[in-house]
Amino acid sequence: MSAKPQVQPKSREVAFRRRERNWGRILKRLLTIYLPLLFILAAMLLPFYWMAVTSFKPYQEMFNLKANPFFPANPTIEHYVHLFTKTRFPIWLKNTALVALCSTAISMVISVLAGYSLSRLRFRGNTFLGLAAFVTYLVPTTLLFIPMAEVTRSLGLLGKTEVLIIVYPTFQVPFCTWLLMGYFRTLPPDLEECAMVDGATRWQALRKITLPLAIPGVITAGIFAFTLSWNEFIYGLVLVTSDARRTIPVGVLTSLVVGDLYFWGPLMAAALIGSVPVAVLYGFFVEQYVAGLTAGAVKG
Amino acid sequence: MNDTRTRNTRRSWGSSQQSSTLKERLTLWLNRDSTVGQIMVAPMVILLVTLVAYPFVLSLWLSLTNKTIGVPGVFVGLKNFIGQWQSQIFVQALRNTFVYTIITTIVKLILGFGLALFLNQEFRGRQFVRAALLLPWIVPTVLSTMAWLWMFDSNLSSINWVLRDLGLIEKNIPWLTQPTWALVSVMIVNIWRGIPFFGITILAGLQTIPQELYDAASIDGANRLGRLANVTIPLVRTIVYVVLVMSIIGTFSDLQVVYGLTGGGPANATQVLATLSYKAGLQSGMLGQGAAISMYMFPVLLLMVILEVRYMRRSAE
Repeated sequence: MSAKPQVQPKSREVAFRRRERNWGRILKRLLTIYLPLLFILAAMLLPFYWMAVTSFKPYQEMFNLKANPFFPANPTIEHYVHLFTKTRFPIWLKNTALVALCSTAISMVISVLAGYSLSRLRFRGNTFLGLAAFVTYLVPTTLLFIPMAEVTRSLGLLGKTEVLIIVYPTFQVPFCTWLLMGYFRTLPPDLEECAMVDGATRWQALRKITLPLAIPGVITAGIFAFTLSWNEFIYGLVLVTSDARRTIPVGVLTSLVVGDLYFWGPLMAAALIGSVPVAVLYGFFVEQYVAGLTAGAVKG
Repeated sequence: MNDTRTRNTRRSWGSSQQSSTLKERLTLWLNRDSTVGQIMVAPMVILLVTLVAYPFVLSLWLSLTNKTIGVPGVFVGLKNFIGQWQSQIFVQALRNTFVYTIITTIVKLILGFGLALFLNQEFRGRQFVRAALLLPWIVPTVLSTMAWLWMFDSNLSSINWVLRDLGLIEKNIPWLTQPTWALVSVMIVNIWRGIPFFGITILAGLQTIPQELYDAASIDGANRLGRLANVTIPLVRTIVYVVLVMSIIGTFSDLQVVYGLTGGGPANATQVLATLSYKAGLQSGMLGQGAAISMYMFPVLLLMVILEVRYMRRSAE
């Protein structure tokens, strides 16, 4: 009985001190982590917020200098309606998706084969080709768009949307091959060797054994290829000439802007919708994306 | 290889028909690793030769001719390259390209590294924050540039609104209309887009550093700064190096941000080599000139590629 009153004040004191320490800690964390974090997030995401707010704002509000520009008083969807009924945006959306899907599919087939070959099979020129893939990955498109216009012209493809399906693999394949070479190297060759001792050919070994194991790597490469294609601008600008055949980034910039007149509402709505597919895709595969981002760096 | 061939002939004795021997031989040849390897890599080689190597050579050739769109050109030697120096616009574009690349790269490195160190702390919602912060990097550049264009609008700039509201400025900043501010604006957008790439990639590097190394350094008496200098920086050097090279290549050859924001204006204040080569080569149709201007990007890009490849080889050994 006598022990209890003695213990209680002590434990109370401890709890009080702990709580005090906790509050101090929380305050410290608030100031050193969460507050700066809020600031960083606000600065980095402001353009997206601004995009979204503008796309829902009626014009009279947009041009009212007195109103708080960061919140729409009377949100409207008129800009979206305009975008989908009065502009070629739906066609561009379709074109962009078509080009991204087809070029990614082509690139994945080429890159899986090349990546497997360069990482697993020994033949003359093997090392050189691996290096060549890496070097081409570093070649920027702005160095090649002028001759590319000439090459596609002589192939009779200049001006068509389909030309992009053939041209985009030129930057997708080097990157994906490089990424997949790294991935294939991490997979054990034993399983394949067993299968081949049992009479499987290389092709069967690749298709039935290694490829299923390499699916995560293939997904990473595919996301990158898709994103690169969806976001591409300069080839889309140079190689496709008529408005109805354009992709979103080019169409938005060249057709939604008339002279010096900017239709900010539909423009921001288009920018938002054009960003959503890659943002969603990436949202599902952040880990793979970050892994791909560092692939060159970590492996190298 | 000889071994395979002997085995092949020996086996063919058993078969009575010549055709099956041939077929068998062919199958064997087709299943040899070196053959399979070459067949598998062939599509990539064809693609890169016809649509990368050939255009590159063609660009070199074009830069030595006076070709314009639709008109076959004549060889003019180095005239396109030497002639550029007479043009003030070219000199300005060259200077702008270097200023743009050097300043943005330094800022991106410092802020990106800071961001990585910041995100390397434990806190709630870190995964979500990391994902959100990478958005500027993954979203189509031209589209996010449109948002910035609107934020820099001469009358309705939301940035000016905020700065005015905070009492930091009295008069609106002429973001895209005044030459120096225009260059600053273009750099701001490039930095905004590049910070996540630096930050998240370096963060991935930081996360591979085992905690034991920090503990060991602490035991040896290293303070925070000492741990940063002696543990963190040496261990993320590789990744920083690669990110730097990639970023320099991307910025030096950048077209999208400048094209979308200012189109090179006002009065060529933001003109860079990529936008100028587009303007000269395709908008004015002087393919030879345009190709020559884009070739002026090549030495720096080549240097970067060589640095990267050498570094890779050394670390592979």
